[in-house]
This record gives sequence, structure tokens and C-alpha cells, in this order.
Amino acid sequence: MESLDKSKFRIIGIDESEAETIVRPNLTYWQDAWRRLKQNKVAIFSLFLLILLFLLCIFGPYIGPDYKFQDMSVRNQGPSAAHWFGTDTLGRDLFSRLWIGGRVSLSIGFVGTLIEVIIGCIYGGISGYFGGSVDDVMMRIVEILNSIPYMIVVIILSVILKPGIVSLLLALCITGWTGMARMVRGQVMQLKESEYILAAKALGSDSNRIIFKHLIPNTIGIIIVYTTFDIPSFIFAEAFLSFIGLGIQPPKTSWGALCSYGQQTMDFYPHQLLFPALAICITMLAFNLLGDGLRDALDPKLRQ
Amino acid sequence: MGKLLEVKDLRVSFHTYAGEVKAVRGVSFELNEGETLAIVGESGCGKSITSKSILRLIPSPPGDIKKESQILYKDKDILKMNEKELRMLRGGEISMIFQDPMTSLNPTMKIGKQIAENLIVHRGMNKKEAIKEAVKMLQMVGIPNAQERVNQYPHQFSGGMRQRVMIAIALACNPKILIADEPTTALDVTIQAQIMDLMKELQNNLGTAIILITHDLGVVASIAHRIQVMYAGMVVERGTTDEIFYNPKHPYTWALLKSVPRLETKHKDTLYSIKGTPPDLLKPPVGCPFASRCEYCMEICKEQMPKPTKISDTQEVSCFLLHPNAPKVEPPQGIGGKL
Amino acid sequence: MGKYILKRASYMIFTLFIIVTATFFLMNAMPGDPISQQARKMPPEMQQMLRHKYGLDKPIAERWIMYLKQLLHGNFGDSFVTPGFSVNEIIKYKMPASAWIGIQAVIVGLLIGVILGIIAAFRRNTTADYIVMFIAILGVSVPGFVIAFLLQTVLGGKGNIPIAGWKSASETFAQGLRFTILPTIALCFGSIATYARYMRTSVLDVINQDYILTAQAKGISRIAVAVKHVIRNAIIPIVTILGPQIATIITGTIVIERIFSIPGMGNSMIEAINSNDYNVILGLTIFFSLLYIVSLLLVDITYSLVDPRISLTKKKK
Repeated sequence: MESLDKSKFRIIGIDESEAETIVRPNLTYWQDAWRRLKQNKVAIFSLFLLILLFLLCIFGPYIGPDYKFQDMSVRNQGPSAAHWFGTDTLGRDLFSRLWIGGRVSLSIGFVGTLIEVIIGCIYGGISGYFGGSVDDVMMRIVEILNSIPYMIVVIILSVILKPGIVSLLLALCITGWTGMARMVRGQVMQLKESEYILAAKALGSDSNRIIFKHLIPNTIGIIIVYTTFDIPSFIFAEAFLSFIGLGIQPPKTSWGALCSYGQQTMDFYPHQLLFPALAICITMLAFNLLGDGLRDALDPKLRQ
Repeated sequence: MGKLLEVKDLRVSFHTYAGEVKAVRGVSFELNEGETLAIVGESGCGKSITSKSILRLIPSPPGDIKKESQILYKDKDILKMNEKELRMLRGGEISMIFQDPMTSLNPTMKIGKQIAENLIVHRGMNKKEAIKEAVKMLQMVGIPNAQERVNQYPHQFSGGMRQRVMIAIALACNPKILIADEPTTALDVTIQAQIMDLMKELQNNLGTAIILITHDLGVVASIAHRIQVMYAGMVVERGTTDEIFYNPKHPYTWALLKSVPRLETKHKDTLYSIKGTPPDLLKPPVGCPFASRCEYCMEICKEQMPKPTKISDTQEVSCFLLHPNAPKVEPPQGIGGKL
Repeated sequence: MGKYILKRASYMIFTLFIIVTATFFLMNAMPGDPISQQARKMPPEMQQMLRHKYGLDKPIAERWIMYLKQLLHGNFGDSFVTPGFSVNEIIKYKMPASAWIGIQAVIVGLLIGVILGIIAAFRRNTTADYIVMFIAILGVSVPGFVIAFLLQTVLGGKGNIPIAGWKSASETFAQGLRFTILPTIALCFGSIATYARYMRTSVLDVINQDYILTAQAKGISRIAVAVKHVIRNAIIPIVTILGPQIATIITGTIVIERIFSIPGMGNSMIEAINSNDYNVILGLTIFFSLLYIVSLLLVDITYSLVDPRISLTKKKK
């Protein structure tokens, strides 16, 4: 210690610029979320799987014979070079039918979720933002809708409406949005108490501006996660309805409808059930795994 | 006064995505029977980690107590104890109370049972005896209607009351050491004083040694025998309470003392605040960790770690200002003396 | 407590009233009445007679009030398709099978799910955790009917487990149990997954609470910390998802009963849908809703019993 250079003992005080330097890399919320999502190999794999499924649904039907074309000479065939996934009882190519059905199933998933997000955000946003008696009444309505078993409503509506995509969507969306609305309301309630909303109010922003410029953007992360879990539940519900004969009617088809037909011949031609069932399972799995990854990535609490 | 606890070269790290955060970097100290040692420092300086390490309450992973560390209780290394020895130690010989009484009690268990748990394990009582004893403990920490209160749940108690319950739990088995991790931080000022008085009184009656962790020098003045100041995972200065208050040597201690509100502080004077933030312990600086915020910083401070210098038998400071080559610096005006 | 139940019961009746009204008018908004659809081949006079018999010639408002009165007497109406067979009888004969596998599925699902969730949380980031999480993700990704087919193919017919069917009237409860094994698993597989995931998150949440540190600092054994402090607190939030899970089970029975040919209410529901038996659809819908609403109430009461922080009625001071 005594051998230290004397010249170094000179008081230089605080270097202001240095005191404020931040050692860790500075990432925005989305950069950080993306970085964490990329680390999650399972989620990225699921994302690729989903993209592949979409592409197949778009281009798949053009590869083989037309999905409606009946060739009675090749009824109930197993997978072969001509018919990759085999044929059904009417000799239709199951590869083409699978992707046509996928179009229906996936669009129901996406459109249904979109409708739900819109209704849920508006409803939940209004309810949470205004609070008080508005909130009371709106939440009482949600509570009543919630205490009706979801599927029962869907069944009733499907019975009454003419079967088809539009009535299916209507049936699925009529009570489906309540979960989203509740969640958005909860988020809004929480954010409403925060100081930056107070600041925005003090600056004279009106309600619309606060809801759409502050509250919704701040709840978007959690909405994305919710959405990812919601799409498969729509696909699930569609499959369920088509399975009990209330969904898509022939000659149109969906994964649920294909499963329903496959089930009738399952003992003799298992491939007719196998492929649509696999398609549903893989899609669900991919969405759920991606949703898990997104939740971990977007949760600000998990930022380290 | 025999030596009760000896911490030697304690090093604790946390493994995060960004790398190893060295939260505690070579802390050593002793605790004697019946004395109160205060560990003071701002948040993130490693004082809580140090105290939790003593009972091995650091979750692992991500926490990691380095191999060279030793924590000797009555000459036995706590870090090498087996599960059973550790359990006998926890709550029996050494107990602990935490910062936030609102969250440190089990919300679904009756107060009486939470105290009784301790007694059943360490004093071999049956349930009935333990509940009876729990009532006595509640009375001891000054909770009225103790007989009724044992059957209530934590949410039926106020913050100050809950901290009293925590003290009752901690002292139930007459431990040799009580570790209090910021026991008053989450409480109202008036309640703070009550809790500190209670701890002092109980220490006088029971002879328990206390390790008091706090960021508030004001809290320790009346209760601590010795104080050690921590910064960025290291002890920068230690001494008796008088030494720290009347003859502080480290610029960080000066800064801490300056930022305590005092009676003679005039209205118009703004309270002193230390500029900047503590270093990121992911990449601790090579030199003195306080260098970048120190008004008396020298070139050498940024290049080397200062070694502890003995001022007296009890006082020790790690600062280059005490080096014979360093210029003489007077501590700033208006610090020192009892608060 | 009693006051709370009373309040909830009145909400319940209100909700039920809305459900009844909505479904009743929706059903009647369909083109043509049940008689013209079902008894097309009958001569018009006969149809008219039947209409008169079922009160279908009266204005809709009057029929609605009649239906409400009927319900108040616990009468869900008659089937149009199978004359002389009432919805009450369907419930009476079909309920036991449905209730059996339904209740079994709720209990088995809850037990297995919670246990798996606890194992996963305490053994997090180990093989056991990964296996549980894999089962959990499968459970929410594979539709119940696919599970049912898989079970039928893999286990059906093996040992004493039949592929489908139900016990005959002469068989005892114990003998009938074998018929319920596959449907119960198929029915509760999704629930197991949901409970396991939820329980795992909940346990991990509780483990990080301060009061767990307090408990550890007391020196009580690891098992005591786990059981008395962690699991007890972690299991409370599970009660909140019990309601939605019961709904899933109720609707799940509809498909599962069909696949396993179980003579239950779900099967009757599908039959009614396929034969446009409006009164049965209406009656069963209301009955299912009633079941669900009552179980929601029970769940809420349970919640208040297990969590001391929640008192249903505000305490008198």
C-alpha cells in the first residue's frame, strides 16, 4: 500500500457524466419481449409450425384433386401416392379436403377471436373506465351471460339458425367475449389508478383519447396472450359443434366435420379420423405453446 | 460477552440471464452475546442478503453462497449444517423478522397457530400448551385481548400489531440471536418508535443479541451498540455507535449522516441527497465502489480497492483518504453528534 | 351467511328467468311450430287437435306464462316427438348415468390435476415437471372426442374394460364401475390439464411469498412448510376455476355419452336436436343451466369457507 504513486492521491470529485451511465443494455418493452421469445425454442418452433399449416391451408387444396370431386372407383382408400391422405366413402381426396376444412376451422378461429377482441375491449374498456353504476350494470350482464353454460347457448343458437359459418360464428361469439371483457376491465381498473392517467387527465385529454391512446395500448400485451389462447378454443368449439352435427354442413367441411365422418368409419378406415384429428391437435398444441411463450415474453413482471 | 456468531468472507451471487450478480462480496463481522449490531446501507447494498444467508434462506437457484464463505454459530459452520441441525437452529437459536408485516404472516392460518408451530417444534409442547404459551407471548409483545386474538387471522390485525406478532413468533423459543430485517420500514412513524422500544425492552429482559438491518441511521442511534455500514455488497466502515456518529471516517458514512433529517435542520434547507446510483453489481467496478459518487474521489480510488484501515480496536474503515499519501480532508459540517 | 345465500339465490332466479325467457322466445321464433314439423303427415284436423292439446293455438305471451307456471311446479313439459314421454321423465331416467360420470370426472380431475400441479411446482425444472407440463399441454390441445377414440382403441376391450355401453339394470354399482372408467378419463382429461397448470402457477406464486420465509425461519420441517403453508394457500385460487370446469364437464358429457353410448342426458340432448324435439331441447337447456348456476353458488360458498379473508356478509361492528 505504501508503494502507491503519490500523484494518484488528488481529489478529482464526482464525474457527473459517469455517475449516470447505465451498464446494462437498454431495451424497449417490445425488443425485450422479442429477445425473450426468441430464446424460447418451443415457441419459435410452434410459430413456424403454424405458418406451415397456414401455407398448407392456402395452397394445399390445389395440389391434389378437387375436394368435391367424387371418384367412386377409389372409395375408402388408404394413403397412397395418388391420394396422400387416402380417400373417403365417396372417393373424395382427403388431402384436399383436410386443407379446405382447415381454411374453415382456422378462419373461424381468427375471425371469431377478432370479433371477440373488438367487443371485449370496447365493453370491458367502457365498463372499467367509467366504473360506478355503469360498471355495475355492465358487469351484472356479463355475470348473467357467464352463468349460462357456454356450449348450451351455442347449441341452442345453432339449432335455431341455419347451419353454416356465419351462424356458427354468431353462436360462438355471442357469449365468448365476456372473458375478454372481464380481463380488459380488470386491466383498465388497475391502470386507471396509475399516475400517468391522472397526468393525462390533468392535461385535458378526453375520455376517448385516454381509453384509446393510453389504456388499450397498455393492455395490448395481455390481450395478445389471451388471443393466442382464444383462437384454439374457437377451433375446439367448432370441432365440437361439427362433431355433434350442428356445424358445417356437406359438401363444405371443417376439421370437426371431418372428424365426425371419420368417427363413423373409424373401425375400418382409421386414417379418415387420424388426419383431421392430428390436424386439430397439432394446431391447438402449436397455439398453446406459442401462447405460453408469448405470456412469458410479454409479462413485464418477468423482465429481469 | 462471548462471541456468538462469526461471519467470514461471505460471498453471495445471483445467476440471472445477464450474468452473475455479485450481491455480497466478502463480508465479515462478529456478533457478541446480548449486543445489537446494526447493518446500515441503501437498498440493494446486500444487507438483506447477508442477513438471509445467516439462516440459509437464500433461494437456490438463482442464489449461490460461495464455497469460501463461513458463518460460524458457536464455532459450528451454519453453511455446512445438515437439514436437521439447520431446522433446530432456525427459530430455536436464531430467528428472524421481516420488512413487511402485511405479507410475512400466513393469511390462512390463525395467529395463535402460527406462534404455536414454533413452540411445538423447538420446545416439544403439545398443541394445547403451545396455544397457551402463544397467548402469553402475545401479552408480552403488548397485544391487548390476547386470549381472543390468538384465534384471529392476520387480516384482522393492523400493520403494527402484525409486526408485534412477528416479534412474538421470533422470540417464542427464546433465541440467542434475533435478525430484524428492516422491521419498521413499512410502518407509520409513531408505530416505528413503539416497535423499536419493544425490541429494546425485550432485549433487556431476555438478553437476545440483535442484528438490525436498516437503511435509516435515525432508527439505529438509540438501540445499536455497534454499526456497520455496507455499500455495494461490502462493509465500508464499522465501529461502535458513538464512533460512527461522532467520528465517522468514510465519505459514504458522512453522506448517510448528512441525509438524515435532524431537529436543527431549518425549514428552507433541502435535505441532502447522495447523487447518482450504486454500481451495477453485474459488473462491479475494480476500484472503490463508491468512487463514482464520492465528492473526495481520487484517481487511485478508481483503480484499486481500498483495504480496511484500523482506527481503533472497534473502528475500521476502507477508504484511501486514510492512506498516508492522501490529502487531509475534514468531514463536512453539520454531521456528527447524536441525532 | 344465510343472508348472502338468499341474495345469491334471488340473483340465481333472476338469471334463470332470463335464460328461460330468452330460450323460450328463440325456440318459438323458428319458422313453423313443432306440430307442423313433426306431424306433417297427419290430417290438418288432427294437427289442430294436437295444437290445442299442447296449447300451441294460444298467443305466444300466454304460452310463455303457461310455461313459466309449469316450470314453477317443476314440470319441464312433454316431448312432442315421443308422445306421453315428459322431459321430467327423461331427467329422471337419464340423470343417474350422467351424474355418475360427471361427478366422478369432476372429482378425479380435481384430485389428479391438483396433485400433478403440486408435484410439478415442487420439482420445477426437473423431468417430473416437464412430464406434467407435457400432459397439461396435451390436455388442453387434444379435443375430448379424440381422447375418447384413443382410449377406445388402446384400452377398450382389454381386460374387463368395455369399449362402450352401460351397466344393465340388474348389475350392481361395483359391476357397473367398469363402464365408467374410459368415459371418466376422457371427460376429465382436459380438466386435469387445466388444474395442473393452474395449481403449478399458484404454488410457485405462494412459494415466493414472504410468509413462506417466515415459516422456514421457524425451523419447521420442509413437509410442514409445504403442506400447512404452501399448499393450503395455493389451493384456494383453484376454487375459482372450479365453476368454469364444471361447465366444461356438463357440456363434455354431451359428446362423451354419445361416443360411449351412455344412456345419459347428453345423449338425449343430441337425440332431441336431431329430431327437432323443441320442448326437450328447451327443458334440458334450462335444466343444464340450473345445474350450472347451482354449482356456481356452491363454488362461491366453498370459496368463502376455505379463505378466511373473505366474509360473504359484511361483519357487524
